Amino acid sequence: MSGDAQLVAALRGGDEAAFAGLGRRLGPRAARAHVPSRAAAEEVVQETWLAVLRGIEHPGWWAAPPVPWDDSERRLEAAEARAAPACAIAALPPRQREALVLRDVLGLSSEEACGVLGVSEGNQRVLLHRARARVRAALEAEVAHEGVAR
Amino acid sequence: VTTRELTCREFVELVTDYLEGRLPARDRERFEDHLAICVGCEAYLDQMRQTVAALGRLPEEELSGEARHALLEAFRGWHGGR
Repeated sequence: MSGDAQLVAALRGGDEAAFAGLGRRLGPRAARAHVPSRAAAEEVVQETWLAVLRGIEHPGWWAAPPVPWDDSERRLEAAEARAAPACAIAALPPRQREALVLRDVLGLSSEEACGVLGVSEGNQRVLLHRARARVRAALEAEVAHEGVAR
Repeated sequence: VTTRELTCREFVELVTDYLEGRLPARDRERFEDHLAICVGCEAYLDQMRQTVAALGRLPEEELSGEARHALLEAFRGWHGGR
């Protein structure tokens, strides 16, 4: 069993010493690099570890939850200034790209987009969902990059 | 129909249906129950909303040549078929 697997087994078994050890390994000091105050750092650490524990306890929960885009307007603007959304769109598979551009860039209604794409409303929504998820992930990477850069 | 709590993975799959207002009442309730207890999914939903907003601000000229071409083709097919 690897060290991590042992740790997970100990946590599953409710081993409090193992949990305390985790807190020391990645504590508020590590989080301070990303948030302004110690209180905020402690909150981030607590939420992160609770999420990690939920992931161990319940498959299907976030192992690494998305971090809110704090200062997101400024960071998102910077990402937009670097044409991040356009690059993400260009990288999409063609059908997803069409659905996303029609709906979110050009602002067509769902009904209109279905007419253009020649697909059912449900299929249009699946294409849109996949496309939005990919663009979100690309923006998340950009926004995180922006956070490190400043 | 199940009343079991949603997992984050299931939540993520339902986000567009939710934003589009296409979730049946029962599923919407489960979605919102999960949202109330999960900061990760709250952040995810917020990021999806911001993503859609950012796409709406994208000037058409910024679309790549390929994307514009694909769109034009789609529009031609649409008008031709009407």
